[in-house]
Amino acid sequence: MTDIGTATPDVDESQLSMGIDPYERGWMILSIALLVGFLATVTIAGFFMGFQVNGADAEVDPRTVLDSEPWSNPGLRKISDGKYEAWVVAQTWAFVPRELEVPVGSEVTINVTSPDLQHGLKITDTNVNVMVVPGQVSTITYTFDEVGEFPYICHEYCGTGHVAMWGVVNVVPAGQADDEEAGQ
Amino acid sequence: MTVVEEPVGGSDPTRVDRNFDTGYELSQDEKRFIGQHMIVAIAALTIGSLMGPLQSFQFGGLDLYPYLEPIIQSYYQGLTLHGVLNALVWTTFFITGFTTLTTVKGLRRPLAYPKLNKFGFWLMVVGLVTTAVPILTDSASVLYTFYPPLKASWAFYAGLTLVVVGSWIEGYGFFLTLAAWRKENRGVRSPFISLGPIINAAMWQIATLGVAVSILTMLLPWSLGLIDNTDPELARTYFWFTGHPLVYFWLLPAYTSWYGMLPKQVGGKLFSDSMARLAFWMFLIVSVPVGFHHQFVDPGVPETWKYIHAILTYSVFFPSMITAFTVIASLEYGARRNGGTGLVGWIRKLPWTDPSVAAQLLAAILFMFGGIGGLTNASYNLNLVIHNTAWVPGHFHLTVATAVTLSFMGITYWLVPHIMGKQLFSPTTALVQAWTWFVGMIIFSNAMHVLGLLGAPRRSPLGDAAYAPEEWNGHLLRVSIGGAILLVSVLLYVYVMVRTAISKKVEPALVPEVPIAESIRHPQLTPVWLDRFKPWLIAAALLLVIAYGPQFVDQIFNMNLNSPGPDFVPWK
Repeated sequence: MTDIGTATPDVDESQLSMGIDPYERGWMILSIALLVGFLATVTIAGFFMGFQVNGADAEVDPRTVLDSEPWSNPGLRKISDGKYEAWVVAQTWAFVPRELEVPVGSEVTINVTSPDLQHGLKITDTNVNVMVVPGQVSTITYTFDEVGEFPYICHEYCGTGHVAMWGVVNVVPAGQADDEEAGQ
Repeated sequence: MTVVEEPVGGSDPTRVDRNFDTGYELSQDEKRFIGQHMIVAIAALTIGSLMGPLQSFQFGGLDLYPYLEPIIQSYYQGLTLHGVLNALVWTTFFITGFTTLTTVKGLRRPLAYPKLNKFGFWLMVVGLVTTAVPILTDSASVLYTFYPPLKASWAFYAGLTLVVVGSWIEGYGFFLTLAAWRKENRGVRSPFISLGPIINAAMWQIATLGVAVSILTMLLPWSLGLIDNTDPELARTYFWFTGHPLVYFWLLPAYTSWYGMLPKQVGGKLFSDSMARLAFWMFLIVSVPVGFHHQFVDPGVPETWKYIHAILTYSVFFPSMITAFTVIASLEYGARRNGGTGLVGWIRKLPWTDPSVAAQLLAAILFMFGGIGGLTNASYNLNLVIHNTAWVPGHFHLTVATAVTLSFMGITYWLVPHIMGKQLFSPTTALVQAWTWFVGMIIFSNAMHVLGLLGAPRRSPLGDAAYAPEEWNGHLLRVSIGGAILLVSVLLYVYVMVRTAISKKVEPALVPEVPIAESIRHPQLTPVWLDRFKPWLIAAALLLVIAYGPQFVDQIFNMNLNSPGPDFVPWK
């Protein structure tokens, strides 16, 4: 029969040990080294090279947030040359505004909130990726270094129209951006 | 290395028999009770898995949902069924039934309080029915994460609560049985096969506190109209307190089989009893305080806490690395005893024609890729690339839907015939089932991972997505093809199970026994601290307070109950 340990052998107490095989010991050391290496990589990238996630930013009341500035007038604001702020409302089932146009090389601080359900915002081919949660403002800064159209897509289930909820960041060559519109 | 071949004495020598069983025969009552768990589990898996291919076909442009009305109203009602039935019901019922078996079989004694376990089981059934009614009537299409302020019918939350409480009560039954066994067997190491799933049950009690508090203090009163608003960010923190250890709750019974059963099935032994225990205790400690890695891009959680949970998430990868070594070494030991040679040539000497073995080996192979993908998800800023994209369901179809589900299927290939006293119907069909699951999931999951990297969001009927560029089309089609193969596989599985259940032909020699592997080194040589709950429970509690305490205090004391949600039902 299989003895799975429910019988007690005469055990010399000095024999009690983990009984780790030398190969297993080597494997464990390798595993720890690998994980420490990964951790070092994400730490350096996150805290020294700017590949950082969003944190705890402003809180708002989702019932009244759209009644006052800046959320009553979402869109792009030019702060200075090459610097913008975007205020984006994610609501069932559209982003307001649906399009953001910036000149290439612009540093854009994007703020998003939702007055109704949870949403998500990811700008394709960038590191901009945030959850949008009622009561909270998600803020992330990104520099658009390439000309092109970058769709931003809702990535959290928010009901029937979830798949129709998206917009586009239009990064245009320097000098072509409609600064007047952006400055509104 | 000391190898103790023969036991010296035993708790009850009259129970010793000569086959590979532990010598404890399940009573008819125990077999029936375990069988009841399996019936619910397999029924849930069947219905839930029939929904999955519908989603995959939608991706490729074949939308069958209009033909399913009035039973299924929408993609999201189907997706809710798929997630709740497969991820929550199939797993929880299988696991509690399986743990009943490993507890009594390993400890060689009946449950201490069988009525307590039965009460827990029937409470889970009542909870399941209570949850199923609103889902089937389309009043709870909130997916299995039920993030507020998506508001389901109160019955959805009440039913889920009963399922969780029922699983707690079954857990108490297991703890009390182990305690009774320890009183009867002082100084004896508890067998790994029983200890492992009971450690899992203990971890589950801690982990489910998150959703329990969320439902009882916020979602249930809100759905009943007692309060008007929710705090969605706090609800997310509560949910993921439970949500990540949930995946280890699914995984550890599969690990129990890989460590403690599969080696027996391949003619080997458990390579290291102490490392198996160490891995399980580490899961008890580090499974729970990792939830913020699901909230890496949440507003309302400071970067510091996200980073601390990233470190802890890496540390929970370590016991899985131990598992990879010990399980493969145990398999290799068996294959070499069967004449296997060479650095990797021994793999051919594993009994690949045994469907239970093949299913679990294939599950473990795909789990390696799932684990590597999981490290990406855990990697703090790297997660920005794939968070909430199609990559994520691609990932968890390798883990829960293959490592766990295909292993559980493999287990049922001996478990169901064993408790019914029959032989498995058509092992060849079962073998084809395992391979079709493997192949279908490779195609499906690879396509989903690629779509995620290209920016496709999860939880979206991508066949309707206006933003989908042409380069996605080939991958969307591969999702459908994978889904079609998986549909064939699940139908084969149900066919084998049903034919096994209704077959009248019994050849006693072909009725499988419960495979329980002995350890190469006698478990009595394992240090006592690897057999005691107390130090590990204290460590788990301390780590929870450190890793979750401050942020919980902050979010609870600054609770903003201000989110009523929309004034219409968003999925209708």
